[in-house]
Amino acid sequence: MNLRRARDAAIIPGLAIVLALVFGSLIVIFSSPLIFGLDLTLPLVAYKALVEGSFGSFGAVISTIVNAAPLILAGLAVGVAFKAGLFNIGAQGQFLTGGLAAAAVGAWLAHAPGPVAIPLALVAAILVGSVYGAIPGFLKAYTGAHEVVTTIMLNYIALYIVAYVVTGPLRAVGATFARTPDVGNASLPILVGGNGHLGVLFAFVAIPLAWWLLYRSTIGFEIRTVGAGPDAARYAGMRPRLLIVVTMAFCGGLAGLAGAGEILGLTGFMPAGYSTNVGFDGITVALLGQAHPIGIMFAGILLGAMRAGAPLMQIEAGVPAQMVDVLQGAILFFLTAEILVRYLFRIRAKSAKVAELQTVASSYGGQATPTQ
Amino acid sequence: MVVSEAASSPAASKPAALEMRGVTKRFPGVVANDHIDLDVRRGEIHALLGENGAGKTTLMNILYGLVTPDEGEILLGGKPVTIASPADAISQGISMVHQHFMLVPVLTVAENILLGEEPMANPVLMDRKAAHTRIRELGRFFGTEIDPDLRVASLSVGWQQRVEILKALYRNADILVLDEPTAVLTPQETKEIFAVLRRLTAEGTSIIFISHKLYEVLEIADRITVIRRGKVVGSRIPSETDEDDLAELMVGREVELTVDRGESHPADVTLAVAGLTVSDDRGHEVVHGLDFEVRAGEVFGIAGVAGNGQDELVEALAGLRRPAGGTVELSGRTITGASPRRLHNLRVGFVPADRHRYGLVLVFPLTDNSVLTSYYRAPYSRGLVRDADAIGRHAEQVIKDFDVRTPSPLVHASTLSGGNQQKLIVGREFFGDLRLLVLDQPTRGLDVGSIEFIHRQVIAKRDAGTAVLLISAELDEVLELSDRTAVMYRGRLVAVVDGRSATREEVGLLMATGGREGPPPIIAEGAA
Repeated sequence: MNLRRARDAAIIPGLAIVLALVFGSLIVIFSSPLIFGLDLTLPLVAYKALVEGSFGSFGAVISTIVNAAPLILAGLAVGVAFKAGLFNIGAQGQFLTGGLAAAAVGAWLAHAPGPVAIPLALVAAILVGSVYGAIPGFLKAYTGAHEVVTTIMLNYIALYIVAYVVTGPLRAVGATFARTPDVGNASLPILVGGNGHLGVLFAFVAIPLAWWLLYRSTIGFEIRTVGAGPDAARYAGMRPRLLIVVTMAFCGGLAGLAGAGEILGLTGFMPAGYSTNVGFDGITVALLGQAHPIGIMFAGILLGAMRAGAPLMQIEAGVPAQMVDVLQGAILFFLTAEILVRYLFRIRAKSAKVAELQTVASSYGGQATPTQ
Repeated sequence: MVVSEAASSPAASKPAALEMRGVTKRFPGVVANDHIDLDVRRGEIHALLGENGAGKTTLMNILYGLVTPDEGEILLGGKPVTIASPADAISQGISMVHQHFMLVPVLTVAENILLGEEPMANPVLMDRKAAHTRIRELGRFFGTEIDPDLRVASLSVGWQQRVEILKALYRNADILVLDEPTAVLTPQETKEIFAVLRRLTAEGTSIIFISHKLYEVLEIADRITVIRRGKVVGSRIPSETDEDDLAELMVGREVELTVDRGESHPADVTLAVAGLTVSDDRGHEVVHGLDFEVRAGEVFGIAGVAGNGQDELVEALAGLRRPAGGTVELSGRTITGASPRRLHNLRVGFVPADRHRYGLVLVFPLTDNSVLTSYYRAPYSRGLVRDADAIGRHAEQVIKDFDVRTPSPLVHASTLSGGNQQKLIVGREFFGDLRLLVLDQPTRGLDVGSIEFIHRQVIAKRDAGTAVLLISAELDEVLELSDRTAVMYRGRLVAVVDGRSATREEVGLLMATGGREGPPPIIAEGAA
């Protein structure tokens, strides 16, 4: 029963990946230098290098999971919110503010002992991310402001907060470019390989935690009920508004933790032009993983692998590393174009199965606003 | 438009408008339609009877092009046809009026009727004038003219029903399928709709009439076909059958249409409502200072046409809406505006009218739904942790005690038929020792077998000393179960009558007029 359900859940994401790879091959073929004619084998060479670069050696695997970790956390930040009927586009902002908090506390405690500095920096990131997630949750629950709009705006606000803090109050003295001071002892210890830092573990702990929370805990049942039947939740004596705020805070905390992992585990500081899309990629991960923690793990590993393998693909096949962005975009396209995929492969929709994407379209509308 | 005697002569001699032959549809694990034969003659009202899940809906969806049959053929006027889509069906003269109205509330009557069939003055602009003229003409045919510019949201349910039928007529329907057209109407409105239907058949329209109300079917139908478990189990002519016979055919066993309610022994006042005032979503006061009491061990029924403030009243009593004024007391304790959780802890059970929106989470398994209102309590939950075993055991028990027919407690609630969904909700809310039970339309849309079962359970609860508040638009239900019956009209209780001696006619008239003589209102209460 469970296996069958997993298979049913995986079929559309699986086909979306296949279609994206086919689409990617066409791009690779037609964008290769035309003077030599079309090289039909180039996609195979490129994909082979992509796999080699992500799973071909011990170092490659480590690189894959280091890339996957923040994507998994951000994916959970989006996916858990889906379950409550919320579309958290704001994982990027929560990721940035969380990362900034970790960088600030890390810099402040750079010379304190690691066992003190690391937990404090992490807690700061989780707290700030939570608050940053709770803001749109609160606005949604008590004013009816749609979370898609508010989280997008908050993403920009986060971007400029980071820019201001990094170039202003927290700018490292003597650095050649605007960045925060080194986090020093607050750096996460490397556990394995060249950069397999402690933060990677957080992601893989967060997966069972999120699963347990959603499917085994009372509050998880409430969260899922609010998502699947907001009126039924009210009837059942749950408090949808509070749950929306709590869920968004929880998701913000996960995204904030992802930010901390990147700052404390990889860069060691927050640069002014910190350009990652981890928060946005989390949306792809959550959709690809069908908003289920286990699915999100696999989706995160897949996208992490593509990031990890991209450089080798560029070297061996001459295909630009940005090709993985194309693939990722294509995956997202085919995922959301589920009807198209079902049509292409003649798969009948099980009527109850599309609930997750409906969530996206018709999330907890204005019903959170007072009706009296 | 003259109705001659010849036109209303027995329909038996008329040619077949529609024939369905050997129609079969299999869904995984179930044969929804098993070689069904159905013929509908010109100018005939052909009633289709069957329990929830018997296959009526599938058959009609096949006719309307929503479902493709696995076997069988459909003949219109003797010619075999394929109906691939609703648009196809409409173009071949088949129209369907669904049980749940498919109207756009914010659009006007005219806009709703024209939707998708707009008469064009030129390639860009619509010919409003021609459209309105035609709608008025059709309205006149109904006996009452309707203003095409009224917004549908402002119409009473009875009039919305008429708009639905007008919509079908506008599309020149030869065959009109009516799925429970009277479910939301008063007896008076039903009579008026029946008159309209008779006029339509006199004009040669064929009508397939789906209903659970046996006496209505007996009154309106020329012929009756009964379906059970996907098969035709019998055909009847009203003059040669009665309600008991039809019920037995439908259910496959003898059914008691009215439960033996026995003696009731009302004790102390459990629910005391004083001066209760409630406003709707737009802030209009729709319940005006209600006073009533419900005693332990009695059923207090509130009858009334839908939209007279019952929804708001129930929501106020169930903690879903804050009352604007007045007090509610439960066994002497003030519970005005108490939350659903507090009410549940005070042992108040509540069966909501809208089982899909409030009563169930359709994408959750029966297990989760069986503890929807008690999930937070031991043994289903200890601290933060849910106990899946305890929840599973509870679900099994509700399923067993309340005869919920399901392959497994793990299937989604959406896969159950309406009757079984309702039995699950009733089983959940009736569970344990209750002080007060609030039942809002507890059997809406259910088949006779399920209604019988639920009514028995209500009486059993009453006899166990629970105070039961029953709100229903189903007059028979209120009269059958209540010890005392109140009639709600425009936000007031206009009369309280003895539930055992009151007659259908007496209460029906009160529902329609509020005690004052006059026609029922066209415009719904509180309309802008």
